[in-house]
Amino acid sequence: MAEHNHHFDPAEMEEWYDFTSSSKRKLIIGMLAGLATLLIGAFLVAKGWGIGLNHVHEHAEHAAHGHEAHHGLPAWGKRVVGNLWMNAEFFTGISVIGMFFVAIQYLSWAGWSSIIKRIPEAFPAFIPFSGAIMLVLYVAFGHEIFHWRHEGIMDPESEHYDAIIAGKSWYLNNAFFLIRTVLYLGSWYGLWVYLRNLSKQEDAIGGTEWWYKMKYLSRIFILVFAVTSSTCAWDWAMSIDTHWFSTMFGWYHFASWHVTGLAVTTLSVIFLKEKGYLPAVNENHLHDLGKFMFAFSIFWTYVWFAQFLLIYYANLPEETIYYKERFGGYGGIYKAPFFINLFMGFLVPFLWFMTRDAKRNFTFLKVGSFAIIIAHYFDFYQMMMPGLVGANGGFGLIEWGTTLFFACAFIYVISAQLTKASLVAKNHPMLEEAVHHDI
Amino acid sequence: MDTNKRFLVGVYDDDDEVMAAVKTVRASGIKIHDVYTPFPVHGLDKAIGHPRTRIPMVAFMFGTLGLITMFVFTLYTMRLDWPMNIGGKDYYALPDFIPPMFEFTVLFTAFGMVFTFFITNGLWWGNKAVIFDLRSTDDKFVMAIDTASNQKSEAEIEKALRETGAIEINVKEIVEEED
Repeated sequence: MAEHNHHFDPAEMEEWYDFTSSSKRKLIIGMLAGLATLLIGAFLVAKGWGIGLNHVHEHAEHAAHGHEAHHGLPAWGKRVVGNLWMNAEFFTGISVIGMFFVAIQYLSWAGWSSIIKRIPEAFPAFIPFSGAIMLVLYVAFGHEIFHWRHEGIMDPESEHYDAIIAGKSWYLNNAFFLIRTVLYLGSWYGLWVYLRNLSKQEDAIGGTEWWYKMKYLSRIFILVFAVTSSTCAWDWAMSIDTHWFSTMFGWYHFASWHVTGLAVTTLSVIFLKEKGYLPAVNENHLHDLGKFMFAFSIFWTYVWFAQFLLIYYANLPEETIYYKERFGGYGGIYKAPFFINLFMGFLVPFLWFMTRDAKRNFTFLKVGSFAIIIAHYFDFYQMMMPGLVGANGGFGLIEWGTTLFFACAFIYVISAQLTKASLVAKNHPMLEEAVHHDI
Repeated sequence: MDTNKRFLVGVYDDDDEVMAAVKTVRASGIKIHDVYTPFPVHGLDKAIGHPRTRIPMVAFMFGTLGLITMFVFTLYTMRLDWPMNIGGKDYYALPDFIPPMFEFTVLFTAFGMVFTFFITNGLWWGNKAVIFDLRSTDDKFVMAIDTASNQKSEAEIEKALRETGAIEINVKEIVEEED
């Protein structure tokens, strides 16, 4: 238990993160290596020598799904676009969860987290980058990503006309989709910029008024995010398989983002701690983060299972096709990601983080956090890839390269953002409570 | 047969004071029975030297018991005793039965923990509460020391309590009914 220090001095809590030039160099090399791997992978797949390329030609199933080859890009191009889209969405999610975490802390009057809140607070800085990639991809290759953007699919005269998809045209149309995407990204980022400024002003000026202002802003963000976290999931992920829909999907998609964001937060805190930063953060704070990961892994499983079970019970062909594609469709290439996701997203965190000691041990936390991140990477992979590339999917250099590129870019942007404010919000009114946090 | 237990009871005014007192008293080799406070004092249980609670183990075991109970129940009723074909699926289609198994896991865990907690803390019907000082429910912090389980003499214990800031020291005899 922490010794009671009756001489708490906020000024002493201030500390600045040093983003060294060697770290910058390594991350840039990582980004370039990722891009290079992506290009080599794309080249190999284009030449037909690809690692992880599956020579499966299940035309029957392919056609049944409606993804006929009546559009531009070759298989390797679709796979590159698909990977970029999937990673951009995954990392946008981790970023916005940083803001969500901070907002939840304000709304729940949480004191313990005030000492680590600057770390998730830095995450949304990545939204403009991943958001820009998403917008460019949508404008340039939207017809490759989304079934409902296919040529002539909403035109009754066309041979590709699909009455079911045409019936959704009031929502799934080009202009409205772009407006929504810009609104999601803009509102999340805009509210974050505002919150971040208030947070910096709190450091500079002090007093409790900033806390109340940030709480008010958090309330607005939660209201916005309550709607947009669901609708963005419909737009960005669920509409890839346009025929299929699930009322659980918004929650499921959000739960996956949330638990990944918590794991990234935990890893960042431990990383900073091991570099010698955040001396006042101890196993009590990490215990709380561990509990969050444990609880929200179960929450994700609950939502995952609820979605699965409704479809399983009802056994309607137009719904079960979604799971059929993942269990055994396309030569079974999505079976492994599907089960990696389920086991590492539920069973591993559930058993790994169950005991108190595990949640207070840095090594345990690191291993568990990585398991969660990998699990939910594969969650997004199996959510999108069957619809994006179908039988031309796989896990090879393209996937490794894209993920490496995004991970390094994310770490770079977040590290740069961390240097812009003290690592500890020194004038947070509940900081002393966090210093004495004991559970 | 009734046995009497003799306790020395130190009454303190302040939570920080009682925390410091617990550490000093323990360091001088005196075993503390328990400390009673009007509100939870963080870290006090560790300072007293109470062993860590085993309630999580209980929770896990009850949870597992609940899971197994419902698994066996559904297996018996829906497959062995009266097989029913639901929706053309297998007779024992596991996903169908995960919700009741989950619910029973939660139910057994919750009830198991609550009842174990009540029993280990002596909160059952007819049991008489041991109250060392009524004011520990109001504004006083009360440290109870079992004289029999300590090597030190009562005078030494009393001195230790006095020196650590106890505002009063009482003797309390608890009658333990054995049946």
